Amino acid sequence: MENSITEENKKEDRDIIRVDDVRYDYQTYADDGEEAEVTHAIRGVDLQIRDGEFAAILGHNGSGKSTLAKHLNALLLPTEGAVWVTGMNTADDEHLWDIRQNAGMVFQNPDNQIVASVVEEDVGFGPENIGVPTDEIWTRVGEALEKTGMTAYREHSPNRLSGGQKQRVAIAGVMAMKPRCIILDEPTAMLDPNGRKEVIHAVRELNRKEGVTVILITHYMEEVIHADRIFIMDEGKLVMQGTPREIFSQVEKLQELRLDVPQVTRLAHLLRKDGLDIPEGILTRKELVRAVCRIAGLADRHVERRGTAADPDQVTVIQDQMR
Amino acid sequence: MSLKLDHVYYTYSEGTAYQMHALKDVSLEIPDGQFVGIIGHTGSGKSTLIQHFNALMKPSSGTVSWNGEDIWGEGYDRRKLRFHVGLVFQYPEYQLFEEDVLTDVKFGPKNQGLSSEEQEARAVEALKLTGVPEDLFKKSPFDLSGGQKRRVAIAGVLAMNPDMLVLDEPTAGLDPKGRDEILDQISSLHEQRGITVVLVSHSMEDVARYVKRLIVMNRGEKAFDDTPENVFDHYLELEQMGLAAPQMTYLMHELRENGLEVDVHADTVEEAEQSILAALGRG
Amino acid sequence: MDKNLTIGQYYPADSVIHKLDPRVKLIGTLLYIISLFLFHTWGYVLGVGFLAVMIILSRVPFLYMLRGVKTIWLILVLTMVFNLFLTQGTILWQAGIFKITYEGLSMAVQLGIRLVALILGASIMTLTTTPNKLTDGMESLFRPLKVVHVPVHEIAMMMSIALRFIPILMEETDKIKKAQMARGADFESGNLITKAKAMVPLLVPLFVSAFRRANDLAMAMEARCYHGGEGRTQMKPLRYESRDYVALAVLLAYFGASIAVHAALGW
Repeated sequence: MENSITEENKKEDRDIIRVDDVRYDYQTYADDGEEAEVTHAIRGVDLQIRDGEFAAILGHNGSGKSTLAKHLNALLLPTEGAVWVTGMNTADDEHLWDIRQNAGMVFQNPDNQIVASVVEEDVGFGPENIGVPTDEIWTRVGEALEKTGMTAYREHSPNRLSGGQKQRVAIAGVMAMKPRCIILDEPTAMLDPNGRKEVIHAVRELNRKEGVTVILITHYMEEVIHADRIFIMDEGKLVMQGTPREIFSQVEKLQELRLDVPQVTRLAHLLRKDGLDIPEGILTRKELVRAVCRIAGLADRHVERRGTAADPDQVTVIQDQMR
Repeated sequence: MSLKLDHVYYTYSEGTAYQMHALKDVSLEIPDGQFVGIIGHTGSGKSTLIQHFNALMKPSSGTVSWNGEDIWGEGYDRRKLRFHVGLVFQYPEYQLFEEDVLTDVKFGPKNQGLSSEEQEARAVEALKLTGVPEDLFKKSPFDLSGGQKRRVAIAGVLAMNPDMLVLDEPTAGLDPKGRDEILDQISSLHEQRGITVVLVSHSMEDVARYVKRLIVMNRGEKAFDDTPENVFDHYLELEQMGLAAPQMTYLMHELRENGLEVDVHADTVEEAEQSILAALGRG
Repeated sequence: MDKNLTIGQYYPADSVIHKLDPRVKLIGTLLYIISLFLFHTWGYVLGVGFLAVMIILSRVPFLYMLRGVKTIWLILVLTMVFNLFLTQGTILWQAGIFKITYEGLSMAVQLGIRLVALILGASIMTLTTTPNKLTDGMESLFRPLKVVHVPVHEIAMMMSIALRFIPILMEETDKIKKAQMARGADFESGNLITKAKAMVPLLVPLFVSAFRRANDLAMAMEARCYHGGEGRTQMKPLRYESRDYVALAVLLAYFGASIAVHAALGW
């Protein structure tokens, strides 16, 4: 064990999380308690997440992406293989709380992860658990709320918040533990388009400004076009990985995996197949307009509309209409 | 078989300082056989609206009528109305409760007072229509995957043989695969059986693909009621309401402003493709 | 949702009662309830007077507070009527089998005052204290019980989680009920047995959902390093301030006066 830790320390400046050939099986039982059926949820996954990067894991339901996410902060332990978080093995009981503090996790259902009845108290819940002194809890809670833009709601009841706001409270709750990385397990699956934008915007800000490593698990392609790297899972395996452009250049393969491709990317792909000279892997409308105008022999006048639904860059957070 | 709302208001906490109109002077008619989309920002009143369709909510003022009869009139059988206007709530899988899938789907027909053979026939048919494989019929609904549960729940409403099917965000929380399958099935239901469908959605892309008429709700009021193409022309106003037109609409407008003669009404990827090819003289 | 449910609902206001330490309010409520059972006649003037002062100090509108009484008015009326008619003693008025006695009248009035004062007194506590502070207060007061292995922290945590999820589950009940009504379920008609049977489609999904939520929440808490009360710090630890000592002194004085009124004067 000691050897491996020192070995890890050398690598630590690059990889914050390492997943080494992980397999995860679980058993399901029939009604009579007999006939254990073994499900192979993860079948040999290797991946490294670099410090400070924005990584996205995609895949449809049942692809094993959420199971993998739960391995990253020791909520699940691999059947085979090992997971290292900041150089600590998740199977090592001694480091359990260090690992969970360093690798915070945000879940899908906004209601089912908020513990307290007042926003600020919920954000303080994590620091309380790890024994942070009272004065420092207050500082951390204040900072975390500031970073997620929830300061105005600190004394509100979570029940009165919108879905996007609840998720931002959950993110603040994780940030107050001062983690080095945040794992978000489909944080936007239950939100409306505005809530989705709100959450993705908050996460990108944390990554950019605070240097927090982000691992975003999602099935919305539009949310990952700004990621540094994308990993795609299918049937418990990692089937593709690369930068967004590399991934989205392979439209047909993505469709084979029954994943959504951003509409602009799909259109560019179709036009290319129609014989137009359009590069693969177009991610934004701007790129496509430019490419089409070039073909038409028109000067690109850089006319661009503002504020679209699917472009997370253009965040227009709408004032919530609450009862 | 048409549904008509006439100047419907729904007011919370009437007469107090907290008074709020969840619905404000909404009038609309949905004739037989239409495929209608309802879109609006969270809190725009769209959920309140559809609960008026099958008498789960009573308007504070105004009338709701089905086939010309006021559903809040004296002696009107509102429970029966619910068999004609089938409403599928958001996350409908949370209403499943029976021991097995088939029995759960039979709940509606049973409440209709049908014979057990008829109940069974209706349930089997509905499950087939929503694409639930037969080997799941005897399984507990709680053992199914999220997408399968959703289908079973939709079948539970479909088994009542409604004339009109109202679905509140039937694809919420599903992955793209599950979403496309469910929407395709709903659309084929509409085409093959001529059933009236009202689809409440957050996704402009989805409604652009499927519906022929789009109602936009904003702050309890009906903001637009027109074909999707015509509604999307107002994309700047839609943005004011916290909504947006589909990606393709924006793209088409941008191309046109750059001097390319494309059709700004193209709102799906396929339409956009054709329009761009035509504009470039390659169609 | 039942909008009349005032008991247990926090009413935000800036008052001296709101600011008091929850432990003081808990002890105060307990002492006040005991005092109500000491009084017979004129002692109630002391009890009601004290209550009135507290209500004024709390800055919670009196009418708002009365809504809590509304939820128990049936019990109140029934107890009063029973006592009024069924107590033996000097007859004041009689019509057939119905008779009102002096003792009955006095009992009914006393019980009425006692019940209303009890509800109002307890609701001052819940209206001016957030549920979280209340559980903190209980946790702190009952801490000595840890010695006899009562899981005080765990019980307090369970209470605060329950308080957080009650509104969520109520909303959910409403949703499921409507969803089943959309499938033709009938929750209103029929006799008691049919009605009870009709609840199955409501209760099963509700329980399933509650368990799912519990499961999710447990995982979320673990992910945020929750591992029981050991080594845990508090964001808002309870500290007695000088106003709390003053309040305690006032309470003790009131309680002493109640005992004196009861023992020495027999009121």
